[in-house]
Amino acid sequence: MSGQEKQTVADVDRTLYDFKDDESGSSFYRIEEGLTRDIVLQVSEEKHDPDWMRDFRLKCLEIYQNTPMVPWGPSIEALDMDRIATYVRHKSDMKTSWEDVPEEIKNTFERLGIPKAERESLAGVGAQYDSELVYHNVREEVAQTGVVYTDLESALRGEYAEMIRAHFMHLVPPTDHKFAALHGAVWSGGSFVYVPKGVHVDIPLQSYFRLNAKGAGQFEHTLIIVDEGADLHFIEGCSAPKYNVANLHAGCVELYVKKGAKLRYSTIENWSKNMYNLNTKRALVEEDGIMEWVSGSFGSAVSYLYPSTILKGARSRMDYTGITFSGEGQDLDTGAKVVMQGEDTSCVISSKSITKSGGIGTYRSSVMIGRTAHRARASISCDSLMLDSISRTDTIPAMEVLTDDADIGHEARVGRISDEAVFYLMSRGVPEADARAMIVAGFADSVSKELPLEYAVEMNNLIKLEMSGG
Amino acid sequence: MALLEVNGLSAAVDGQPILQGIDLTIEEGSTHVLMGPNGAGKSTLGFALMGNPRYEITGGSIRFGGEEITELSADKRAKAGMFLSFQNPVEVPGVSLSNFIRNAEHMQTGQPVKLFGFQKQMKSAMELLSMDETYADRDLNVGFSGGEKKKAEILQMLMLKPRLAILDETDSGLDVDAVRTVSQGVRAFQQEGHGALLIITHSTRILEALHVDTVHILVKGRIVETGDAALIEEINARGFERFTQEA
Repeated sequence: MSGQEKQTVADVDRTLYDFKDDESGSSFYRIEEGLTRDIVLQVSEEKHDPDWMRDFRLKCLEIYQNTPMVPWGPSIEALDMDRIATYVRHKSDMKTSWEDVPEEIKNTFERLGIPKAERESLAGVGAQYDSELVYHNVREEVAQTGVVYTDLESALRGEYAEMIRAHFMHLVPPTDHKFAALHGAVWSGGSFVYVPKGVHVDIPLQSYFRLNAKGAGQFEHTLIIVDEGADLHFIEGCSAPKYNVANLHAGCVELYVKKGAKLRYSTIENWSKNMYNLNTKRALVEEDGIMEWVSGSFGSAVSYLYPSTILKGARSRMDYTGITFSGEGQDLDTGAKVVMQGEDTSCVISSKSITKSGGIGTYRSSVMIGRTAHRARASISCDSLMLDSISRTDTIPAMEVLTDDADIGHEARVGRISDEAVFYLMSRGVPEADARAMIVAGFADSVSKELPLEYAVEMNNLIKLEMSGG
Repeated sequence: MALLEVNGLSAAVDGQPILQGIDLTIEEGSTHVLMGPNGAGKSTLGFALMGNPRYEITGGSIRFGGEEITELSADKRAKAGMFLSFQNPVEVPGVSLSNFIRNAEHMQTGQPVKLFGFQKQMKSAMELLSMDETYADRDLNVGFSGGEKKKAEILQMLMLKPRLAILDETDSGLDVDAVRTVSQGVRAFQQEGHGALLIITHSTRILEALHVDTVHILVKGRIVETGDAALIEEINARGFERFTQEA
């Protein structure tokens, strides 16, 4: 990337994410607000579900209605399901060429840089707008290796139907928690990826989720199966314009990493600050498999987000690198969860949190080392940077160890930007605001290093945005 | 016209008066040495000149390049051509040494810094300072030894080419070889960069290979003596006793 281009990216401001398209016209279909049996049946009909899926949705609705809210975590009282439209879509079908995507939607993704990124650095792209995918495409040479990357709906009806049925919400059952049940009832959109045995996808696949509709929910389902010895990097991006009513995101991500396979799952989440982000992500890792999470959480009013990993096979491994930036009015509860079952399994959790202008950042993790996980190794570190004295940061690490030969390390640090460091940078000609931003970006560097370049640039821009109070 | 003119400068830290009416004039390209016993206020003078907000100016004025800078923030002083080499350089994780210098250069000049020329300059400056090339990509001062931190300060000075560099105890805590290396860097700054220097030190090792124009002795917040390089010999032989008694 040339210096010139970087310059243009650096000048970006909040309007990049905040523009919204008017959906009151006749080109959009929007379901009635609320959550009833009729609404769930309507969603199912809209989506031409197979019978089992329709029945599954109804079962999930029942579980939802009978499951209490979680008794811990940030308050979500302001989220009223009777005022959320669970399904909104543009009245056109999914396309495989940007040329065919409706103009106003195409413009949105152009502004977010998705088609450009696809041309330059991605093996395939899925783009979801509100409840449905509007675009899905994978490079010819990648498709030829047998890699499947498609929307979940068509996968449900095609040759992978049985595979989907055998995996869909098995890792995250609807009984997991209330919003998993909600997801099961009204899920729509998302991607299905299958990487056949031994196939290494050298450049990443990416799905981008845009929730444009006001007072709506997005419930996409991502199902990825990386077969034995295969290797994939999957990127997920999300954003939404800001409204003065609550929006809800309750997606679900299920990842299956087979024997000797490797999956890296990167996310940059930039939901608007009226969003309730109650997302569930889980991975099941077999023998010698490797699961890597890279996660940047910047947006939303409230987040509950704990990517979790079950290290089932011997010598399987998990790496989690995450950063959360909580500004004014944000209460972000994030972290990671790992269940270790196989012998010689290992995990490294490295979490960072930045809080500013009264934001609340909570790191919550759970490490469970089961009886069979002999010689398991776990290393957990969390660093918090508080940018003022009205913000809050908490660390809630839980650990349960049922073996006597585990090797566990845990460290937590809370810090502030020191005046000394600011003066040091200023003495080299860096203005105060830039000096502070530089220290914060430096703090986040271990995460941005893990991201593809465009995302690292985007993350640094988001930090600058947040620092300038934009 | 003098490059730096300090008139009757008084400064306090946490309400405690430290500097009491400092007068100091430094000409373009000249080398001044500020010596004095521990606790005399030498570092305070360095910080006050550079504009550390912890050091409250209670009287007097600072002019640099003919401009009044007493109220200016540190970054503006740096832009005007001042530089302070810290006695304890601060560690900044996640910001690499070379990116930082390039950024600082960009911010000072307002011009984008061309990568090729920059890398060439960095390489030769690091060679001069016997710094391993890998330090360029390491996080600023993080995990550097005391000696490497000081070399990194001198490296920044050579790259940023200030009109006046204040070196605060750059030789303290260094072994003989490191002092010699750092001193080479300072000499290059004198000769090739034609920069002015205010070298704050309480030992004289760093001065051995340098040309010195003027020496000031600071005791209890006051400059009690100003002379030529011969003063260094006297301090070497007899210490500060004569001056502390007079003060």
